[in-house]
Amino acid sequence: MEQRWGLPLIAWPSRLRPNLWDLVALPLVLGMLALLAWGGMAMGTHYQVGEALPISLDPRQLPEYALRTVLRMGASLVVSIVFSFPYAALAAKSRQAEKILIPVLDILQSVPILGFLSITVTGFIALFPGRLLGVECAAIFAIFTSQAWNMTFSLYQSFRTVPVELTEAARMYHLSAWQRFWRLEVPYAVPPLIWNMMMSVSAGWFFVVASEAITVSGQTILLPGVGSYIASAITERDLTAIGYALLVMLIVILLYDQLLFRPLLAWSRKFRGDAGAEEYDVRPWFLIVMQRARFFDLLQFAMLTLNRGFDRAISGLSRRWTPAYEAQPASPAMIRLFDIGLLGLASAAIVWLFAFVREQVPGNEIGWVFLLGAATALRIIVLIAVASLIWVPIGVWIGLRPRLAERVQPIVQFLAAFPANLLFPAAVVLILRFELNPEIWLSPLMILGTQWYILFNVIAGTTTLPTELKLVASNLGLRRWLWWRRMILPAIFPAYVTGAVTAAGGSWNASIVAEVVQWGNTTLQATGIGAYITQYTATGDPARIALGIGVLCLYVLVFNRLLWHRLYELAIERMSLD
Amino acid sequence: MSLVVERLATTTPTAAAPPLRAIGVSKTYRTPDHIGRLVLEKIDFTLRDGEIVAVLGKSGAGKSTFLRILAGLLPPSEGHVEYRGQPISGPVRGIAMVFQSFALFPWLTVLGNVELGLEAQGVSAAERRRRAVEAIDIIGLDGFENAYPKELSGGMQQRVSFARALVVNPDILVLDEAFSQLDVLTAETLRNDLLDLWLERRISTKAILMVSHNIEEAVDMADRILIFSSDPGRITAELPIRLPHPRSPDSPMFRQIVDQVYTLLTTVPGRDGRRGIKPEPIGVGYRLPDAPVQQLAALVEKLTEEPYHGRADLPHLADEENLTTDELLPLLELLQLLGFAHVSGGDIELTVGGRSYAEADMLSRKQIFADALLKNVPLAIHIRRVLDERPGHRAPAARFLRELEDHLSEEEAERVLDTMINWGRHAEIFAYDDDDRVLSLENF
Repeated sequence: MEQRWGLPLIAWPSRLRPNLWDLVALPLVLGMLALLAWGGMAMGTHYQVGEALPISLDPRQLPEYALRTVLRMGASLVVSIVFSFPYAALAAKSRQAEKILIPVLDILQSVPILGFLSITVTGFIALFPGRLLGVECAAIFAIFTSQAWNMTFSLYQSFRTVPVELTEAARMYHLSAWQRFWRLEVPYAVPPLIWNMMMSVSAGWFFVVASEAITVSGQTILLPGVGSYIASAITERDLTAIGYALLVMLIVILLYDQLLFRPLLAWSRKFRGDAGAEEYDVRPWFLIVMQRARFFDLLQFAMLTLNRGFDRAISGLSRRWTPAYEAQPASPAMIRLFDIGLLGLASAAIVWLFAFVREQVPGNEIGWVFLLGAATALRIIVLIAVASLIWVPIGVWIGLRPRLAERVQPIVQFLAAFPANLLFPAAVVLILRFELNPEIWLSPLMILGTQWYILFNVIAGTTTLPTELKLVASNLGLRRWLWWRRMILPAIFPAYVTGAVTAAGGSWNASIVAEVVQWGNTTLQATGIGAYITQYTATGDPARIALGIGVLCLYVLVFNRLLWHRLYELAIERMSLD
Repeated sequence: MSLVVERLATTTPTAAAPPLRAIGVSKTYRTPDHIGRLVLEKIDFTLRDGEIVAVLGKSGAGKSTFLRILAGLLPPSEGHVEYRGQPISGPVRGIAMVFQSFALFPWLTVLGNVELGLEAQGVSAAERRRRAVEAIDIIGLDGFENAYPKELSGGMQQRVSFARALVVNPDILVLDEAFSQLDVLTAETLRNDLLDLWLERRISTKAILMVSHNIEEAVDMADRILIFSSDPGRITAELPIRLPHPRSPDSPMFRQIVDQVYTLLTTVPGRDGRRGIKPEPIGVGYRLPDAPVQQLAALVEKLTEEPYHGRADLPHLADEENLTTDELLPLLELLQLLGFAHVSGGDIELTVGGRSYAEADMLSRKQIFADALLKNVPLAIHIRRVLDERPGHRAPAARFLRELEDHLSEEEAERVLDTMINWGRHAEIFAYDDDDRVLSLENF
């Protein structure tokens, strides 16, 4: 049975005969295909800018909306993958390209998606005149920008860290460039990629509301979907509708998890070199159905054959080239020239951007935006500190109880994936009811969805603590404060830093949706750079959007370099347990 | 014999030419500041048909680089490599390599891994399967065709790696420390199996080139041993072995060759490549041996005790004290460096200094060690002088690292400085703050 775990080596025709499992699998798959097809058709309907798309708050509409949202999500995931592979491969293979591609990726990662949306939507609409597809594309593009970057990073990292001896073996046995990519580098990159896809989808859910409500030339288009449903519910002040949306979202995320990611994760385990004994080895039910049913064997057989043909064709072509030494680095003079060129372009871009912004924005406003950034930074620092104070003890407590940890981990993962902004209306209602100060009480919204990363990593860090260390601590009679200070805090530090970095990054991004929150025609606003960007996105002021986003990026980069990067180094060097 | 002739005729461009030849091969690595660092210097070498050649040398002597240049994985900076009389410019069909870490593709089954090389050559599926199964069979892996590498033990994984190499019917087999990650017994079994295949001519391979750090392994297998010196890597000696197979490690002849190899390995090469008894004076950038002080103390103590009484035969010592060559050689170098022992003719003898070190108690040992460092090791002298001269008696480690990088590669400079810091802290000739990376004379 073990053999059937992965792609079968030889697909025997006898195995392709149908069996009982097909009764389960076939309707499942055909149903899904039909739904996808129907949803895809709906995307292509006619539409003129200016037409209002009615969004009904009838809960019976929700399944359809959910499907549309899921489709957008899936499409952007596919686009992200398609984008990531060539980008990461180029960055990993070419030193020169790497110099520009990786910093660009770093910046893109910190640019909030609303920025992309307002810039690109008109272009997309022009691309498909008279069709809804243009607006759909803009939405998909917006979700894509919240998903692609970390997947690309993960691929780049993997491509760069393929073990040298494996690469040498591939060269020694004359694998063509294509075979090396497809048979070595891609499989090696699959497991981290899938983890990052999960993270990406979480990020995507978070921005689904923002990306489905698109403002073009002063008018808001609400694309049919869960996000728009929520947006309408907020304008209508309909708490029941929000409750329904929450429920549907919960189900959708659960389905994504069960039907897509659990099977993918289990499947990707085969690409890992180490046995990975510590990981629980459960086969997700959907993967079992897929593996038992002959139908999937047939599908797999077809795919494999197709892939083999493709593989052979490309390999045949690339085999013509004689094997040679790895490309040598370009001469120092050429490299210097390239660097100077790059630097020149960058300075030109800075000068141009500065001129563009200065033309419209007075100097003291620029200073003010920096202050706004500082306000948001202060919020995030305080929030991370508070969240750490709450979740570190709880995480350690859970982590010390392995059975509990095993049960809690998936829940926490789920919470991290859940779009916390769906809960924002509730927060607004509370703030209004108790007449709280929005400057303070809007802030927790920023960390509502990202705090789970701290908890998740602390639990993981505690569970991987060597038993001997715990035994020694109790043997030495370390108690309370001493136990925390000398043993547990240093031990979980690397894991904690990872969690805090993720949480802080997410919070910066969330500040844009969290600093301005609406409920009906009441708008609550906190002073901060997120609010600034949101405000000028609504009025459509490119210079100020650029300024806001630029300053936000600057803050994120400075924080990453000065704070998180150093903590990370410290964690790796001093407190790593291996 | 006719079989051999036929094989010769079918394989290669010019079967009469030697399988591999290195002509004036040098390798220079460019450091970040573009100063070249010579790793291999003008090596001429010919691998002949029907022989197994083993390359031995200290770690870091460039053996692996040499092997990779011959295999076509790395380009030489100067000179060139010929395969059967044809200059090569990349990995050549006909040369197969087995790696230290096995280098199997974890997501492919045993069969998939073995078939991979054939697939790359465009061999048809049926033919591929037939040959792969045959190779798996020959290397003793039948029954494991559908296992994944991670389900197999190290020894089995390396067998897969051998099957993958042999299935392409290589003309030359190149082994990069192929047995070093296996335990002693597993390594020996695999080695014997390979030797049987080779001696019975059940494989079409006509020459084997191997890098090893295990002297007995090399003497057991090779028809010729090359001794590599470091800084830069050069072939300093060549030792033909004419013992018939199977060789018995306990036979006097075998022991004598092992002894000879030890002698060659521990003799410090003199100026212009001649082997002298007196070592050259060393400089600040000398590649300090990677020897832990604790082991040094233990070894010196052992040497004063029964049965050695201050004098030992190296192979015997290594055997008795369970030291691999990679562990023993740095220790010997340090002993000589400190003036604690003389090594010659495959024997080691403690000096007066070495004896007094052994007899001293823990505190005095530190003092003797410190004195020896400050007398014999230029880097220690240099660091101490800089610290003495500076007003605050503090200096960042990076300062010394930069000086070392004039002589050594980045990693090697770091390793040497780490080693020095370790010794220096132990000897208490200076202190080191790991957080700030600062050397100082604090608390003295």
